[in-house]
Formats: sequence, C-alpha cells, structure tokens
Amino acid sequence: MTEMVYYYDGSFEGFLCCIFDSYANKEILTAIDHDEDAMPTLFATRSIVTDRDHANRVFRKVVKCSPYAAELLRKGFLTCLPEKELHLYRMVVKLLKEGPDFLRNFSDEILYPVITAVRHLNGEAHLLKGFVRFSELGGVLGSEIEPKNRVLPILRSHFCARYREETFFIYDRTHKEALFYVAGKAVIRPLEYFQMAPPDETEANYRILWKRFYDTIAIKERYNPRCRQTQMPKRYWNTMTEFQDESYFRPQSSPAAVPAPDVPAGISAPGTPPAPGPSAPGSVP
Amino acid sequence: MDILEKLTILTDAAKYDAACTSSGGTRTSKKGYIGNTSSSVAGCCHSFSADGRCVTLLKVLMTNCCVYDCKYCVNRRSNDTRRAAFNPEELADLTINFYRRNYIEGLFLSSGVLRNPDYTTERMIRTLRILRETYRFNGYIHAKAIPGTSPELVEQLGLLSDRLSVNIELPSEAGLRTLAPDKTKQAILAPMRQIQTRNQQNKEELVKYRHAPKFAPAGQSTQLIVGATPDTDLHILRLTQGLYDKYRLKRVFYSAYVPVVEHALLPAKDVKPPLLREHRLYQADWLLRFYGFRAEELLDDHHPDFDPRVDPKCSWALNHLDFFPVEVNTADYEALLRVPGIGVTSARRILTARRVGRVHLEDLRRMGVVMKRAQYFLTASGKMPDGLRFTPDSLLRSLIAAEQPLLPQQEMVQLSLFDSAGA
Repeated sequence: MTEMVYYYDGSFEGFLCCIFDSYANKEILTAIDHDEDAMPTLFATRSIVTDRDHANRVFRKVVKCSPYAAELLRKGFLTCLPEKELHLYRMVVKLLKEGPDFLRNFSDEILYPVITAVRHLNGEAHLLKGFVRFSELGGVLGSEIEPKNRVLPILRSHFCARYREETFFIYDRTHKEALFYVAGKAVIRPLEYFQMAPPDETEANYRILWKRFYDTIAIKERYNPRCRQTQMPKRYWNTMTEFQDESYFRPQSSPAAVPAPDVPAGISAPGTPPAPGPSAPGSVP
Repeated sequence: MDILEKLTILTDAAKYDAACTSSGGTRTSKKGYIGNTSSSVAGCCHSFSADGRCVTLLKVLMTNCCVYDCKYCVNRRSNDTRRAAFNPEELADLTINFYRRNYIEGLFLSSGVLRNPDYTTERMIRTLRILRETYRFNGYIHAKAIPGTSPELVEQLGLLSDRLSVNIELPSEAGLRTLAPDKTKQAILAPMRQIQTRNQQNKEELVKYRHAPKFAPAGQSTQLIVGATPDTDLHILRLTQGLYDKYRLKRVFYSAYVPVVEHALLPAKDVKPPLLREHRLYQADWLLRFYGFRAEELLDDHHPDFDPRVDPKCSWALNHLDFFPVEVNTADYEALLRVPGIGVTSARRILTARRVGRVHLEDLRRMGVVMKRAQYFLTASGKMPDGLRFTPDSLLRSLIAAEQPLLPQQEMVQLSLFDSAGA
C-alpha cells in the first residue's frame, strides 16, 4: 500500500471515484483535492477521471453496508467541513473494514467530525427554512441566502412542497448556485452572478408591513439582544427583510425583466445564464 | 385607518400572549393549495424579536375592542388606548402575502371580545374561512377559543384551525375573581373540555374514515400569567400537571407579568417582569413533559418556590444525593434522564453507543453531556473524573457557579464615595 494524493473534478461522483480507484490501485489517500487548487507537491499524485459506473458501485456498496452511512456520505459532501473528502473517505474505509457497528457510537473518532458537520448542515438548513425571505417580482418569488454549507439540496423538498403552485428561485451567494422551481420541477444550477431587482409598489408595501410587525411584536420590558443573537446569529441578518436599511423599502419602477436564454421560462432574468457545469450536488448517482 | 396603522395597533395589543409555536402539525402539501405544516416536529421559527422570542406566526388580534374589564390586560374597556379592527378580507390577504414571502408559518388569531363572545368568534371564523377556502391556505392556524363561546362555534373554529387555545391567565380562582370579574373558572374550562373530548372523538373517526375532517390536529395549549397574583410555583406547577394529565394539553405557556397598568391589586408599574421565575417554571415544565418528573418531586409545601440560583433538576439532585452516582453503562433511560447535564438527546446517544461497546468518561462530552454539571453525579465503568473532590456544600456552590454566567447579569453601578453605604 502506497500513500497518494488524489485530484478530482469536485463533483460527488468524482469523489466516489476517488474511493473506487484507491481500492483498485491499493493506495492509501492522504489528501483529496479539487483539480483547480492543485498545488505542486512532493507527494505522489494522481488525477481521477469521473466514471459514473464506478461511482454507482461505491455508493451501492455503502448503501448495502448501512443506509445511514450513505446518508452521512451524501450530506457530508455538502458540508463546509475542512478536508471533508478525507473525513468521508476514512469513514467509508472504516465501514468497509469493520462493518456498520461504529456508526452507533456518536463519539467515535472517525465518525464524530463527520456527524457534527452534518448536524451543522442540518441545523443551518432548518434555520434557513425560516429565515429565507422571498420577494415577489412579476409573479415570481425570488430570494438570496448566504449559507456556510451547501443547503440548497436540503431546502429543495421543503420549499417545493410549501410553494407547490408557485414559481420561485433561491440564490446561494456563497456557493454561486441557484435552485429554480418552475411548473412542478426543481433544478439546481451554478450561477456566477445575480442581482435582485428593486421592489415594485406592492412588494415594498409588504416589506414595510412586515418590518413594522417585527418591530412592534417585541416587548420593551423584556429586551434581550443576546438571546436573540443566540437564536438567530448575525450572519443571517444580511439577507433578512427585518434588518435592511431604508432603501430596501423604497419602491422603484424597474425595467421589465428579460428572460435569459437557458433559464426556465417564467423566471426573471438573473445576471448570467447558468452554464452547464458539474451535476447538482446531492443528486444520488 | 390604513392597514399599516391597524397592524401596528393590533400587533401591539397581541404581543403579551406568549404562545407562538407552529409545532405538532403534520399536514403535508396538497395539489392546488399553498403551504404545509410539516417542516419539522418542533415547528419552524421565522425570526426572533428583540426580546429573543421566536416569531413564527402572524400574531394579531382581530380587534382590540373589548367589553371585558380584566385589570391586568392592556385591552380592558376602561383603558384609554387606540382601538382598531381588521376586516376578515384584509387580514386574510395580509396572511397569505406574508406566507408567500416566507415571513411566517401561519396565522395566530386572537381577539378582544367585541359585543359578545359568539359575535367575536363568528368574525374569526369568517377570516379563517376566507383563508382556507378562497386562498386555499394549507398552512398553520392557531386560534383562540374565547371563554363563553357556544360549543357549535368552537366546533367550527376547531375544524378550520390546527391548534386551539383557551387562556387560563390567572392560576387561581381567587385571582380570577378579583382581577378578571367577567370571567369564571367554569367558562374557561368548558371549551377546554370540549376541545379535548372532540379531539379524542376525532382520533377515533380518523381510524374509521381516513378522510374525516380533522379537528384541531395539533391539540390545544394555554397560558398562565406569572407574578400578577401571589400564587406559589408549587401551585402553578400542580395546575400545569393537572392540565397535562386531565386535559391532554400539548403545551402550557408562562408569561411573566409585565406591569402595563396601575392598579391597587396589581404589582406596581416599576416592578420588573419576573423573568427568572418564568425561566425556572419552563425548565420544570420540560421536566414534567420529557423527563418523567412529577410536580410533587420538585416542590413541596416546605419549599413552595424554586431556588433562583440553580435549575429545578439540579435542585432535585442536591436533595436526593443517595440516588447518585449513576453508572452510565448500566443505568436505564429513566435514571440517566435524572442526571443534571444529561438530556433526552444525550441519554439516547448513550443508550445506542452502549450496544456496541463500553462508554468511557471522555466520550460523554462528545455525546453532548454537559460535564460541568454531570461530572458530580455519574460514573463510567465505575470511574469519576480524576481529582474531583466535593462535599454536598461545595457541590451547591460549584453548580451555582456553573450556571451563573448564563443568567442575566445585574447591571453594574459606579460606586460613589459620597453615597451613604446601603442607602
């Protein structure tokens, strides 16, 4: 067994192929990195070519050993854990070597970093189910978020069920991707740049009403900013209607939005059309 | 009066109601409808107000005009305050537009008593009808059943809402007589009993007919005001326990009394709301619902109030030192839950981890056990943390020290040489 550094294309399938090839080549991985940030290194390296069949085989094997581990693998890949690939790789190696028993022990050394990262992801997604703020622009609901983890695949089922008959999109500023939902179909696509159009009269009006409701509902005698910040950390405030400055509530007549070529019809034009990129995260091969 | 002004007045009038949860609903999304209630078991918070309380529902009154004259209430008829009322259409439109923008999880509709309870409830029903039938709203609705409403109207209200609540407000009959002369204990308990029996019936109906209309599927809750009357914690906790046992309530909320009006029978206006007492009552409430404690174990006639320095569970542990230490590798779930610092989640984790190997002391922190409290009360494979020495006396002091930084601090005051000491 030799030690190796692997490079892959950044997709979930690509990562699964790293696991496949490490077994095929009898190599132990010391690092797994994106192609783009490949730095010259003294270690032996290998670039992995993504092969859907290999990815499928790895994932099916993990599901067979433990469906729970498969869920951790899929969700773990969406987290912002530093060196998440390596942590997940080690979890799979341990699973294949020892069986699924260690997954019951929350404090297991290999499992703990993965499981806390997944809890962080789930927690953030849960908070965002509440904190996402939509604006209506010509019948389409649009919103922006700035999460640490890639929460869009987790949020997808929630918002698609809730706004079943609507057309909406959520733009993730951190990971530069967007979730589009049109006519009962949802897709997640990379999107380099997006700028929200200014509100029209009605939209601005509801924003004002909501801000007023929010300011009125607090009881002065119980003022407790520390408690609020514990429950709702400040990093979410940026995209929430309650904490915007005055200009956010001023209506502006904007030029009508033009649909961009590749965007599903009915969605007001984002900055650039989505380029066909790596497959949406979270889609199981 | 425009809608912004109405919203301001009617929100301001509704804000003293503590209950604002969207929990317990399991309605999934339906074709042709907007919304669902199934985001998670515990509900979903959409914002947190400046007082740190969760904002999940659009909490407003239908109107703040009221024929009653309850002394503790801002909306009592003798109070000189601005009055407003929503039209059912206005309120339904506001709700649906807030909901579409994901500002809220649904509507929390309460009302002052306009003319009489029946007329008020009819107006509320009309609003909910428009929401459910015209806008095809499938999200969460929490409605207040007003004491004195006829059972037929409560029935209709229940079929339109997810959760109903009847506020008890004052924890004793004597308090009710002096402070809320228009309400009687009987009038409050009657709709509560009706909701409970109807809910029970509905469960049976649903077994027989899958599509039977659901009656308040998320159950009912109530609210008690703490600190307006001289009732003890023991009295409040016993009442709470009775409500959970006999009326099958989902939640009892406590609201620290905020002095809003000057009255000889009420605490003076400069009295701070008893927030710490409210906090301790909530802690005890959780012990009743999830930890298998009984009110009599936590308090008795010699200690009718909670110790403000330590939480009720620590307090219980200090009085039952013979129960400890608990061995985490062999103790059953109920015994684990009694250890301060171990909660429902960490107790479950210990149970699952135990099935594949022994649990060690250093694992416990990672499983979510709060060791600064738990270390005094447990052993793992017979071992306690190294170098831990304590007596019952020092134990109390260390537990107080452990919680101190988490509690609201007293404001610092600059000392002056010229003030007479202790003045």
